[in-house]
Amino acid sequence: MAAYLVRRILWIGPVLFAVALITFVLMHQVPGGPWDRAKRLPPQALENVNLQYGLDQPVWEQFGRYLLDLAQGDLGASFRSRNRPVADVLADGIRVSATLGLLALAVSVTVGVGLGVVSALRRNTVLDYAAVAFATVGASVPSFILGMLLLVLFTARLHWLPSGGWGSPQQAVMPVAALSALPAAYIARVTRASMLDVLQQEYVRTARAKGLRERAVVLRHMLRNALIPVLTVIGPVGAMLVTGSFVVEHLFAIPGIGRTFVNSISARDYGVIMGTTLFYTFVVAVANLVVDALYAVVDPRIRYEAHG
Amino acid sequence: MVETAHGLVRSRAAAFDGATAPRLGQGWWGSALRRLLRHRAAVAGLIVIGVLGLMALLAPWVDRQGPTSQQLDATLSGPSARFWLGTDQLGRDQYSRLVHGARVSLTIGVLTQAVAVGLGLAVGMAAGLGGRRADALLMRLTDVAYAFPDLLMIILLVSIFGASVTMLVLAIGLVSWTTIARLVRGQILSLREEEFVLAARALGASRWRIAWHHLLPNLLGPVIITAAFGVPAAIFAEAALAFIGLGLPPPTPSWGRLVTDSFGAMFAAPHLVVTSCLAVALTMMSFTFLGDGLRDALDPRTPVRRPLPEADLMEEGERKATQRRRAA
Repeated sequence: MAAYLVRRILWIGPVLFAVALITFVLMHQVPGGPWDRAKRLPPQALENVNLQYGLDQPVWEQFGRYLLDLAQGDLGASFRSRNRPVADVLADGIRVSATLGLLALAVSVTVGVGLGVVSALRRNTVLDYAAVAFATVGASVPSFILGMLLLVLFTARLHWLPSGGWGSPQQAVMPVAALSALPAAYIARVTRASMLDVLQQEYVRTARAKGLRERAVVLRHMLRNALIPVLTVIGPVGAMLVTGSFVVEHLFAIPGIGRTFVNSISARDYGVIMGTTLFYTFVVAVANLVVDALYAVVDPRIRYEAHG
Repeated sequence: MVETAHGLVRSRAAAFDGATAPRLGQGWWGSALRRLLRHRAAVAGLIVIGVLGLMALLAPWVDRQGPTSQQLDATLSGPSARFWLGTDQLGRDQYSRLVHGARVSLTIGVLTQAVAVGLGLAVGMAAGLGGRRADALLMRLTDVAYAFPDLLMIILLVSIFGASVTMLVLAIGLVSWTTIARLVRGQILSLREEEFVLAARALGASRWRIAWHHLLPNLLGPVIITAAFGVPAAIFAEAALAFIGLGLPPPTPSWGRLVTDSFGAMFAAPHLVVTSCLAVALTMMSFTFLGDGLRDALDPRTPVRRPLPEADLMEEGERKATQRRRAA
């Protein structure tokens, strides 16, 4: 296991390098440059800024320099935000996206586990059917479609909630709801299946037989075991939520990392494009690693080092 | 002893090798189809997809007017006999635009998966059959492609090459093949050790024959399931791109375009948002249901989903037993 983990961790390096290389080459192929404005810069000024940022050099040299800086922890400066360090720009976006994502994660775990447990305990009742219906429908409606429908209802019709922005609790309600519906549905599905599995275990019967109250049986004996498969789901769901959703952030005008990326593409803000891409790749790689490791911890039958 | 074992392998191998894939599969595919048709959600999904597909195919005949024709005397009107689902900012009939949009979005959804399946099968089979070195190389490549954030890659590609249906299909296809490649390789590695492959090899079947006649039919199930789940993902990607301003240029009536346009009229004409969002959501849901049904039908390892899951049945039996005991 240890050897496998070390191998996987070391492998993140080359993957990041490859992703950086591909992104760097691709983004320099995007037509236009960072200084293209409605008002054209005088040729001499353009030459000067290009010289200052090394944009006059071949892409390979620029990439080499970028890697050298990166090795020293320097992500460069943002063109769009008047030379603010890219790290600062990213940190702003990440803070917002992570807050939104953690809220959505908390909601989806609470709702998902709650629904899953209730529908397993009250299976084949109206409650169960409602929960299963939610889990089925919710798992296939994308976040921004749901977000739009929420907007139409709560903003355009009822005027209860602001249409967007970030900062107040009211502004967080709809984005969190839109983001958490799908993972909540998914978690509810997994929890229900796993609870039904646990329900028929001998140890549950034993717990009941020795006269434990139902509450204790459910919480201490069933839930604890039923949540193991749910844990492995939370990894990727968490990574997905915390790294933000381009579309939901765009929809609700939330200054998160997804919006930062979309803006950086249209502004040809090379440093920020690289920074966000590497950040995303890193988070996803780590999340996948954690999930695979968790699987092995949860299910001792999975052995990774077995010859290949 | 050895003779009998050999004879057994031989007869089984002959049964496998003599029958070509379709004949061999007929019973199996037939029963898979029956299982699929028992899956109510999947059947509902299939019906919706069928109706939408037909409407998309026959768009120029079932629309009420051209998708771009404008009635400037009736902009942002509500649903009426003349405009079934109302009109947008430019007085274009929402129903007609949705029907034509189905063409674009379904084309993107299905063609994208064709690209993904093609690439995934090619890479996965090459890795699974091509020897240790090819396997290592191709799988590292797959790892990198898998690690690349999907939407970032699509956005970059679309920014470089411009948005057209072809480009969207290629860009989305290019990020969707990794799951299939991994799946195919994994399946091949385990199928390779199966007796029927050994038997085929013992009978002198060539590598290609084994790959084509023995491995491919066994791979198709999981690949089809993955592709079914890939279609809604592609439809979503198109809509998401359009929404952040990188989608197909107007006036192409893709669903992403419709959703985006309707968003601007959220206050004046909420029915536009609702109808275009429902079209996207309903289609994505239908494909997901179909995928669920296919998974149950094509994967013989998972038991067919019954109205009552296994656990319920056992509990049910127990309860009845207890009742009987009490009654006695």
